Amino acid sequence: MFHRIYTLIIKELQTLLRDPEGRRFLILPVLMQLCLFPFVTMEVKHNTLGIMNQDDGPLSVELIQRFATAKAFENVVSIKSEAELKETVEMQKALLVLRFPSDFSRALESGKSPVLQVILDGRRSTTGQIAMGYVADILQAYSLERAEALVPGATGASPLRTSLVVRHWFNPNLDFTWYILPSLVAIITTIGALIVTSLSIAREREQGTFDQLLVSPLTPGMIMLGKAIPALIISMSQASIILLAAIFVYRVPFSGNLFLMYGSMFFYMVSLVGFGLFISSICSSQQQAFLGTFSFMMPAMLLSGYSAPIDNMPQWLQTITWFNPLRHFIVISKDVFLKNIDFFTVLEHVWPLWVIAAITLTGASIIFRFRLG
Amino acid sequence: MEKEKLKPESEKTLRERFGAGFLRRLWALSYKESLQTLRDPSSILVAFILPVLLIFIFGFAINLDSTRIRMGLVMEDMGPEAQRFAASLQGSPYLSIVRGTRKEMEQAVMEEKVRGFIVIMHDFSRKLDRPGEMAAMQVITDGTEPNIAVFVENYSRGAWQTWLGQRALARGEKMPPDIQLEPRYWFNPAAESRNYIIPGSITIIMTVVGALFTSLVVAREWERGTMEALLATPVTRTELLLSKLLPYYVLGISSLLLCVAVATFILKVPFRGSIPMLLVVSTFFLFSALGLGLLLSTLLRNQFNAAQAALNAGFLPAMMLSGFIYEISSMPHLLQYITCLLPARYFVTSIQTLFQAGDIHRLLWRDVFFLMLSSAFFIGLTAYHTKRRLDD
Repeated sequence: MFHRIYTLIIKELQTLLRDPEGRRFLILPVLMQLCLFPFVTMEVKHNTLGIMNQDDGPLSVELIQRFATAKAFENVVSIKSEAELKETVEMQKALLVLRFPSDFSRALESGKSPVLQVILDGRRSTTGQIAMGYVADILQAYSLERAEALVPGATGASPLRTSLVVRHWFNPNLDFTWYILPSLVAIITTIGALIVTSLSIAREREQGTFDQLLVSPLTPGMIMLGKAIPALIISMSQASIILLAAIFVYRVPFSGNLFLMYGSMFFYMVSLVGFGLFISSICSSQQQAFLGTFSFMMPAMLLSGYSAPIDNMPQWLQTITWFNPLRHFIVISKDVFLKNIDFFTVLEHVWPLWVIAAITLTGASIIFRFRLG
Repeated sequence: MEKEKLKPESEKTLRERFGAGFLRRLWALSYKESLQTLRDPSSILVAFILPVLLIFIFGFAINLDSTRIRMGLVMEDMGPEAQRFAASLQGSPYLSIVRGTRKEMEQAVMEEKVRGFIVIMHDFSRKLDRPGEMAAMQVITDGTEPNIAVFVENYSRGAWQTWLGQRALARGEKMPPDIQLEPRYWFNPAAESRNYIIPGSITIIMTVVGALFTSLVVAREWERGTMEALLATPVTRTELLLSKLLPYYVLGISSLLLCVAVATFILKVPFRGSIPMLLVVSTFFLFSALGLGLLLSTLLRNQFNAAQAALNAGFLPAMMLSGFIYEISSMPHLLQYITCLLPARYFVTSIQTLFQAGDIHRLLWRDVFFLMLSSAFFIGLTAYHTKRRLDD
């Protein structure tokens, strides 16, 4: 029995790896994504800030110089007229525009609180809000410095005798690549695992070789196993490449346990292969299998918590995400990587994968048998 | 003499015959392609059901406006000032607060139950009353999700400042004058992220639908051997290419308009542009998306590989690099140049502009220009690689 499965696995790997083009498609996209995606962040860096200064006092100039040195803004453009303002915002030439009112310096000097208008582009309001946070930080630091300079010791004797100390655990500098790479281990390999299982059966169906497999002494269970194991081998090797690159190229500190990482990765891949087999059990052509894979994969990525937090979703949708294996594995990968979570915490995220795999694998084998009989 | 007289006439009829044949053959091929597509129930799924489903998922799933963040509070000091601070924290509409000991909260961070916690140190009240000493509060965030960690930090700071202000007011102290920020969101006054996420998602959906359709069609003909039969007919390269594009264009534009309709009428995203402009931009975007799929299909002649290539060249780059969630201007410069090659990038800005700002002609025509270039590139390259012979 093992020998039969073994030969099927060898045959399957040969089909996948035989032609150079096929080999390339298993490795090139992984490498390409590994080169590009780690630089895609939600941080706001080297953007353009527009300044519309209607104030002729010295304080606005002083502030503008501070903005110009901030990490978030690389360029500062000066805007003279309303028409220019309209053009800048409409054509997205600046992320946000600060408008200093004409009495800005005077108000501030006379101890009042002037209002600084911030014009943001509603087509990218989230980025704008983040950038506005940086602006607010700069303004606050400036106000404190001024207060300190005007009345020495003022802040020492006043309410500011407390401080708020912020510590970011596991990622002290909030480096985004530390978040992205462990997540990419999960995201990129998802494609490989699903495509290899769902399309390979559909291909055999289309080419008629599936019938040949059925008349061989292999049982349907063995055929499924023979399709599942090569997919596991390939997707886990892809994951290893990303893992290695994350640790050695991008220098994300791997603080966890490799055994836990690979153990949970194995169950993740099994649950994915379950979905792949399930899709291929209901599809009869490669096109259908491809569409099926896609109809599963896109929602799975959107509902994984990578692009947008799950907590922000409506409750019913959060319940649905429980059946998304990617959601669980992204957390495992990230937390084993950075937090070094222990066996029992990993187990809390792994058991849903078991449930998902059990459901999809049983479903797939029932449909397989049903269609054969 | 007679020959010379006849020649132009015969040439004319030839051209006429060729023209008529062109349309007839193109019609026949397109008809065949449409039948083949519509016969397969999965095409309807892709063209109409999947896009609507996806736009709903995008609409509900991707919410970047922070709603409520779960956060822990450790009160090691129960003095009146500490209580007042806790009240200010609990009053924040953005935080849902869980109380516990430091140990419990550390475990909760490990298990992703809270996104961070605040510790009011045991000597907080004591230090507060003693001049010359700093009474400290500690904020611990879960840095594994930097975005949320920033929110935790900002919200805690906000609560802290509220508390400082109240305290200063109660004690009759004067705070240094601060500069107030007055945000004005153009085109999207309430700054709702769904107003640009949903239009942007139409780009991702159509990139995928377009690539899904065309990436398989030519490869399928080669794989099934029907390409050989097609090549034996008098069909020309242009006819073959157009027959693979036009039916899917019709299907694609209908599903795109369906998405826009769902976004506007059901998801209630305001649409401020004009329909003709929407059609122009979408047409060129679709041609480049369909062209990309067709190119892969033509080059690879193998459905399995074409499918993978389309997935990798279509979906993930559109998701990550089109500027739909992740701002392009924050990327490293080299990556910014790479995004210029993506048709999705231009369609994201133009459809977001159409939905929110209306017809800003300079921006839209600039995007149309780039989309035209990329459609010409993909379709031209496909034409170049379309073989009329089997043996090369």
